Amino acid sequence: MGKFVHAVSVILCLALALAQPAFAVQPDEVMKDPAKEARARELSRELRCMVCQNQSIDDSEAPLARDLRLLVRERIAAGDSNTQVIDFLVSRYGEYVLLKPRFEGQTLLLWLLTPLALGGGAFGLWWQHRRRSRLATNDRDERGALTPEEEVRLQKLFASQASETPE
Amino acid sequence: MIAEAGHYALVLALALALIQSTVPMIGARLRDPVLMNVARSTALAQLLFVGLSFGALVLLHVISDFSVANVYENSHSLKPLIYKITGVWGNHEGSMLLWVSILALFGGLVALFGNNLPLSLRANALGVQGWVSTAFYLFILLTSNPFLRLVNPPLEGRDLNPVLQDPGLAIHPPMLYLGYVGFSISFSFAIAALIEGRIDAAWARWVRPWTLMAWMFLTLGIAMGSYWAYYELGWGGWWFWDPVENASLMPWLAGTALLHSAVVMEKRNALKVWTVLLAILTFSLSLLGTFLVRSGVLTSVHAFATDPTRGVFILLILCVFIGGSLSLYAWRASSLKQGGLFAPISREGALVLNNLLLTTACATVFIGTLYPLGLEVLTGERISVGAPFFNLTFAPLFVPLLLALPFGPLLAWKRGDIAGAAQRLYAAGIVALVSIAVLWAWVRGGSAFAPLAIGLAVFVIIGALTDIAERSMLFRMPLSIALRRARGLPRASWGTMFAHVGVGVALIGIVCETTWNTELISTLKPGDVAKVAGYELKLDDISQRQGPNFGEMLAHFTVSEGGKMIGVMTPSKRSFSTRAMSTTEAALMSRGVSQLYISLGDTAASGAIAVRIYHKPMVLLIWFGPLLMAFGGLLSLSDRRLRVGAPKPAKASRSLQPAE
Repeated sequence: MGKFVHAVSVILCLALALAQPAFAVQPDEVMKDPAKEARARELSRELRCMVCQNQSIDDSEAPLARDLRLLVRERIAAGDSNTQVIDFLVSRYGEYVLLKPRFEGQTLLLWLLTPLALGGGAFGLWWQHRRRSRLATNDRDERGALTPEEEVRLQKLFASQASETPE
Repeated sequence: MIAEAGHYALVLALALALIQSTVPMIGARLRDPVLMNVARSTALAQLLFVGLSFGALVLLHVISDFSVANVYENSHSLKPLIYKITGVWGNHEGSMLLWVSILALFGGLVALFGNNLPLSLRANALGVQGWVSTAFYLFILLTSNPFLRLVNPPLEGRDLNPVLQDPGLAIHPPMLYLGYVGFSISFSFAIAALIEGRIDAAWARWVRPWTLMAWMFLTLGIAMGSYWAYYELGWGGWWFWDPVENASLMPWLAGTALLHSAVVMEKRNALKVWTVLLAILTFSLSLLGTFLVRSGVLTSVHAFATDPTRGVFILLILCVFIGGSLSLYAWRASSLKQGGLFAPISREGALVLNNLLLTTACATVFIGTLYPLGLEVLTGERISVGAPFFNLTFAPLFVPLLLALPFGPLLAWKRGDIAGAAQRLYAAGIVALVSIAVLWAWVRGGSAFAPLAIGLAVFVIIGALTDIAERSMLFRMPLSIALRRARGLPRASWGTMFAHVGVGVALIGIVCETTWNTELISTLKPGDVAKVAGYELKLDDISQRQGPNFGEMLAHFTVSEGGKMIGVMTPSKRSFSTRAMSTTEAALMSRGVSQLYISLGDTAASGAIAVRIYHKPMVLLIWFGPLLMAFGGLLSLSDRRLRVGAPKPAKASRSLQPAE
């Protein structure tokens, strides 16, 4: 049943989203105090219109998004701080409403992948560089030194070179 | 008849693809030039038959044959001709047919222009192309046949989604697909190299032009899509971190990394194993993008589960190709010999840093896009990952990338001199600092980071120009000599310069638009005046008009600045009766590279209309940047070195090949 309702709401929202021109914040929603309105807009951009495909309530024209925008403004007018507004909405609609998930157990990998990839990649490069330059040095040490026979040959070559070029 | 012919041509193309995917590869094993040459003829014949099939579908749409389900569902006899044609790829089946047509086009191009390739490499690469096309022909024929007939042909079609009836849509998907699918060439070459167990600088030289071409098209395609969203969706946003956008951004990031690592491979014969991996990853991400967009998994995991045929089929293709190629890589990569050594501070080192940051950025987009899907499938928990997440994780990666960018071209190969490079970048650094100071002093409002970001962009632009100035000895030689030297520089150097300047230009646009964008939401009656960012916009009147397949309401605005009229703007709302849908057509007015933007909302009973007016400073730079990047790509592509390839050694090795 829950899934059915969800599917229906998705279809409805898509239908509405496509049936109407995109027009999010309505003129009648705007708060009188510009500072508070700016806070409301900022918060709206972080909250998801839950029946839409990846839209914030600031961008969406679905009726639910309007309800949420009004709710956010209501809480701000009542004197809530930004965190309080967010907490209130999460307690009511769940984590799904947040476009920026909180840092917690189930989102650990999501948040940590970027620093891990960067750090891991940098470490891997450093390690590879060290290994390869060490290999190269070993190579030089083993092959670079001349054997006594080669030394003799080299000396001979130098000597012949010197005698051939008297000018 | 036409539909049946198109269907039949597609089946023939499948048969040819099956031959192409087996015979040449067997030939390469047996070192039989006749069998290997089969690749060339099958690739060309395949292109012919897919072309016929695609042509058939276009024709069906043009003549509005509603007995074909695909035409009935997506067309209308009153639709303008241009949208009848573009409507061919405005739907699932047609866009998949476009996908395979472009795949066949690239295969045909390799067959035509690959004469200087070693015979076995060409045979293997085209063989791999054959696998990819086989998989997608099967997908189309088994799950998404565009040529299905209806038993009772209706008289009228259901029209194309109005949002898609726009010139932007004519260009955006083909561009994007040319990019996505173009990366299949680098993929096929990478797999062929793994199969042969041999890879060298010449390989990079062959692969680089194809990668460059695909990258250019993808760059233009993404920019085009972004501009389309900007003016068509009606709220002035140009990037939404939507999974569909991310699906195209991921191959772009990986492809950009590939482009740079291929340079190292070509010039210094290093980073081979990594370049091959990137080539595989880039095309894998293109396939992933196709899966995400085409399977319906994005709408919701449940929608995917209710009609899984298509999704599961593409998922299967995805697993076979990605899994298969990565296994082959794990198995054969160690057989590829590592190339030249280099110090960390060197041109190679700079390009490695570029690759590290770009792939990390790509990984960030990847996890952000797929994490919610994975979490829901595994635990049933639903979370959202949207713009605020990406702004926080993705954007910071570009700070070190852009800081390092001007240094790269100034460092020498193998061992560079960072102090020397820094010295040559003094001028760029000073200009950047001055612009930061000026912005801080003059501009009010907005984030304190904005001037810093613009300073960074200025550093990138002047840094890129510095490279060209240094190479042509500008300011150190008489001007005439410097100009002659500049003309003599390889086009690839100019290409690098334009592409890097494009990055800086786009960044300026992005920062200005997001920071100093002005917005006014209001209800206006005819005669009312709205004031935005120093402009006065007067709503003169509202009128109605009838288009070919829609009704339209237009609002006429007169725009003046300081009392002087500078133009009129007519935003409109169209309603399409067939689908009972409407679209907003925003009105745009460019002032230099800034724009005024008006979109209409609902009409109240009193006759007043809701409007949203924006002033978007420097907004056009967001798309000029990618245009410059693509132009840089074009210049590089026209460089003699790439066009000529490596003909002499290649011809020699080719004539030796059969005897090997």
